[in-house]
Formats: sequence, structure tokens, C-alpha cells
Amino acid sequence: MLWDALTLQLGYNATLVALGATLLGVSAGVTGTFLFLRKRALVSDAISHATLPGVCLAFMALVALGGDGRNLLGLLAGSAISAWAGLLCMNWLTRHTRLAEDAAIGAVLSVFFGFGIVLLTVIQTMGVGRQAGLEGFLLGSTAGMLWADAMIIAIGGAVTLLLVMIIRRPMTLVAFDPEYAAARGLPVHRIDLAMMGLVMAVTVVGLKIVGLILIVALLIIPAVTARFWSERSEHVVLLAGVAGGLAGYIGAAISASAPNLPTGPIIVLVSFAFFVVSLFFAPKRGVLAAVLRHLRFQRRVHIRQGLLALAQGQKIYEPLTLRLLRRAGLARADGVATDTGKARAAKALRDERRWEIVRADLAHEATAALYDGLRDIETVLTRDQIAEIDRRIGGPQGILL
Amino acid sequence: MLDLISNEGVTVGDQGLAESPLAVRGLTVSYGQKPAVFSVDMTVQPGAMTAIIGPNGAGKSTLLKAALGIVSPLSGQVTVFGQPLEKQRARIAYVPQRASVDWDFPTRVIDVVLMGLSRELGLLGRVRARHKACAMDCLNRVGMRDFADRQIGQLSGGQQQRVFLARALAQGADLYLLDEPFAGVDAATEKAIIAVLKSLKEAGKTVVVVHHDLATVTDYFDHVFLINTRKVAEGPVAESFTAETLQSAYGGRLATAQIDQLSRAQG
Repeated sequence: MLWDALTLQLGYNATLVALGATLLGVSAGVTGTFLFLRKRALVSDAISHATLPGVCLAFMALVALGGDGRNLLGLLAGSAISAWAGLLCMNWLTRHTRLAEDAAIGAVLSVFFGFGIVLLTVIQTMGVGRQAGLEGFLLGSTAGMLWADAMIIAIGGAVTLLLVMIIRRPMTLVAFDPEYAAARGLPVHRIDLAMMGLVMAVTVVGLKIVGLILIVALLIIPAVTARFWSERSEHVVLLAGVAGGLAGYIGAAISASAPNLPTGPIIVLVSFAFFVVSLFFAPKRGVLAAVLRHLRFQRRVHIRQGLLALAQGQKIYEPLTLRLLRRAGLARADGVATDTGKARAAKALRDERRWEIVRADLAHEATAALYDGLRDIETVLTRDQIAEIDRRIGGPQGILL
Repeated sequence: MLDLISNEGVTVGDQGLAESPLAVRGLTVSYGQKPAVFSVDMTVQPGAMTAIIGPNGAGKSTLLKAALGIVSPLSGQVTVFGQPLEKQRARIAYVPQRASVDWDFPTRVIDVVLMGLSRELGLLGRVRARHKACAMDCLNRVGMRDFADRQIGQLSGGQQQRVFLARALAQGADLYLLDEPFAGVDAATEKAIIAVLKSLKEAGKTVVVVHHDLATVTDYFDHVFLINTRKVAEGPVAESFTAETLQSAYGGRLATAQIDQLSRAQG
């Protein structure tokens, strides 16, 4: 069943939803990364909650004008207008009052959402309101998705992606160093607004599939996930797009494969699964890697300290050091160095002297920065360079690498 | 105090203004109700190295930021090479304080330097070999060539400062404004930075540095600008960096003994 869903063989509606969710995931992941890099992730939560009054007012307006209140384009236009109003309120509060951004986010989010809920209740007491299904915008509802709905999502997502690609450089520069960006004459404030406008576009486009409460997850989780895997912002952006797209696709497929599985929340859970895997297993920044790195580091510190103690004929009291030396065949149980241990100890002491020279010499600065008291010097310098340093140290030659 | 504010600016006529790489007139900047910089005139000399000096909270960095339009002043005018700031922005390179950015940002040293070329690159232009070569050359000038591919979080404070300087060099500007480049850096970095700044001066560029170490002023700079919210003194080091001007800039905050020591050092 799941396989059928993943290969898009579960019928028309499921296919539309899967493709829409994938596109939405890609554009939310990419756009959200810039918000994340600018450290304004929570702004998206305020923006998304601010869409609700717009949806309701648009519905009322459409009905009052005698049209079909469920016209998706009309509802989305309404949501965009009220989200923009929320965004401007938040911006004004942060820039012109003493409120910090978190307080402004809280204020805008709760007030707009509260107003939206009031309108929603009013609509449900109206004759036409009961079948409107506006609650679907809270958590998304994909059951009756139409071809036209899917097209709106596809076009909206694609246009947003394109715009993000066009202003990605100014957005990155502003995220990294806003003062420098301002000194270069970049309109920092307007770039921030553009970034949040794009986030708003993604939010509006995603209302149908994941709904306004959960869209924040699609904007932020892929970016945070991607950050575990790369140290370059361009790659983080691309990876976030991939993670978001995959989450959208797999999530939609899972929810189509069984009855009564809501699409939006499942997508968010899949996205979260990617995050958890990255959190633990990412090669450099992951938790597991950090633990292993710490253990390896501890082992190296103990062995190095032990070797230097052996070289200087000091007694080793630390049991862990002794155990590690013994296990590496460098010392006997009574703490006396083996032959290998003696050789390694002599080299450790020699390396310390070599490092002293390297660190005192400006020409070796990049190398000297690598000094941590542990690194074997031959891993950072060539044989010739080491020979040259040994000549400067003088004394007995021939302590081999 | 008041007479100190005006008497320097008067000597500079319109011609002086036109030639000055950076001229500030009547600049007042305020955070809230308390002015950080009050009615300051400054005329930077072309082709020289100028230090902006003053006690903590005297408005040194604010003056620089207002001159660049990073913070908006309450009043005052800024001209750059005789023209409004916006027209001459491309000729200015700014080196912000190191602590102003997040060094865990996912980016490499070379990418930071390439930011200096953002004007040439435009929105969609690809980073080409010549851009990379230019960035590497700038890194080389600050002695950071070998660090190009490192993540910026792995650098020491001094190395971070030199990367910022390399980014400014990449702009190929005529006027360099540096905010506390020597704060908390190692001796090697200080030497490297001052060598680069001196080479800029020799190439006819103008350098303005917010500086806090009074002991090195005479060695490093040609001109000083002393500020404590208001301008205290402005001119060549020999004339304007004296026990009297320091006393009025720092007030009781600088021990008299220290001033004596400084003026003895100047002979």
C-alpha cells in the first residue's frame, strides 16, 4: 500500500496531494533556511497565525458578493493580506516601541489568531458557513483537493523559489553581518521585509496542505536538519530544500496509504524523523559524533600525558591513563614503559620541542593554530620541514617519526 | 568645552571639504534621550591614517556608524569625497567589530572575503576564477591564505579580525573605516593589520581607525580625532595628541600618571 502511494499509484487525488506537498516542502525548506540563518525562525509562527482572520474575512466577502465562499484563490488572497498586516504590525512594534521581537511575535500571533477564531465561529452560525470547511485551514485538509488547487500550490511554490534564488546573496549577507550589509548600502530593512514576504507566500500556499498551525514546522525543521550536515550556507539551503521535499512526498504517501491519516501532521512527523536522525547521526555536528569525538579526545589526552610522564620519569597515578597505556602496549601493569612505550615517549617529548619552534615562527602560523598538545607533528608538516626544525633544535638527531 | 567644538572646523574652507575623503558636519546621534555623539565636525585628511580616540561610551563607534548611515543621525551632514554618502559608497570599505556577528554561521573564510566582491558579483553573477583569485590574494595580504577553506568558527579572534580586513580589501576601496580592529587580538595579528594599513596609506588610500590603545597612537597614526560625545581635538598627532587634550577627553578617568608617561614617551 505504501509502495503504491510512493509510486503515485493510489489514484488522482493522492497523486495531486503528493506532488503538491513535495513542491511545498522544497520551497518551505529553502525559504525557511534564510529565516533560520537570520535567527528569526519564530516570525514565521506569527505570520502563519495572522492568516486566519484574512481567510474568514475573504470568505464573508465572497459570500456577500454572491460568489462561492470556497474559492481557494480568493481565500488565499485574503490570508495574504491579513498576514502582511500582521507582519507590518510586528515590524512596527519591534522598530518603534521598546518591545523586543519575541514580545511582538507573541502579541501579533495571539491577537490575530484570536480574532480569526471569533470570525470562524461567526461564520459557522451563518447558513452557508457550515459546509465551508474553513477549519481545514487550521491543520490542512487534502481530502477534496482539486486540480486547480494543486496548480495554485505548484505555481506559488515555484515563483517563491525563483524569488528566493534571485535575492539569496543579499539575504545571506544581511543574515551574517547586517552592519556590514548596511555599510555597503544594502537596504537591510527592505531585504528583511522581502524575506518575510516570501515566508508569507509559502505560508499562504501551504494553508491547504499543512494548515496554518503546522506550517512553521515545514519552514524551520528542514533548515535545522540541514544545518547538521553542512558548514556552508549554500549547501544548507539546498539540503533543506531536499529534506523538505522528501518529507512532503513521503508524508503525503504515508497519509494516502491508510484511511484517516491527516496529511499535514504526518508530513511534519516525517520531517521531524529526518531531524532526529540528523541530530544523532550527522557526521560532524551530530550528538553521536560529539560523544565519540569526546571519548577519542579523552583517550588521546591521557595517552599523551602518560607518554610525557614516562619520558620525564614521573610516576603515573591516574588509573585511566595507566589502563589506556597498558592496552596500547606502551606500559606494563606496574607502570613501567615497554620498549615501544619508551620510543613513543621520547618522540612525544621531542614533538613538544618541535611545536615550540613552530609556534614561535610566524611563517608557520596556520600550522601553529593546529597545536593542541596532542597532534603528531608529522601529520601537519613535511619531513623536510621537520628536519629543518630539528636542525634548529640541535642536540641528538635521529629520533624517528 | 564649547570653544573646543568649533575652532578646528572653521579653518577648513569649502575646498577642504571637497577634498576630504570623509567630512562630517554638525552630527548628532542619540539612542533614546541621551546623545551619544553631539554636534561633531570631523574632516578626515586624505592619504593619512587617523585614529578616533576617546573613553568607553564616548561615541567613537557611533560616529563611524552614523558616518556610514548604519545608524541614522538626529541631525548633521556627511560628505564622502565631496559628495553625498550614497553616491560614493562604493569607495568605502568598513570593518565592523568582530563581536558584531555570529561566528557559528555556516560559511567558510573564503566565502566571507567573497562578500567584499558582492557589488561585482551582483545578484546572479557566478563566482568565477578571477573572483576567487582576488579573494585569495586579499587573504594572502593578511597572512590568512592557508585558512581559506576553514569554517569561520574555527578561527581565533585575531584571525577573524584579519578575515574581516581581507573582506574590506577585496572591495578595492579608497577609504577604509575600521572599528576597534586591535581589540582583543594577538600580537601577530596586530602586526599584520598595521602592516596592511600602512601599505594602504602608501598606495594613497585613507584609513580611519577607532582605537583604544593610547600607547600605540604615536607609532601607528598621523592624525588623531579625540571625542567624548563632543569633539575634543582634531589634527596631527604631534599637535593634537597631548596631555591637555587627553585630559579633557578622558577627564578624571585617565590617571594623570598615565598621561605623564605618555607625554614623556612622545619626548
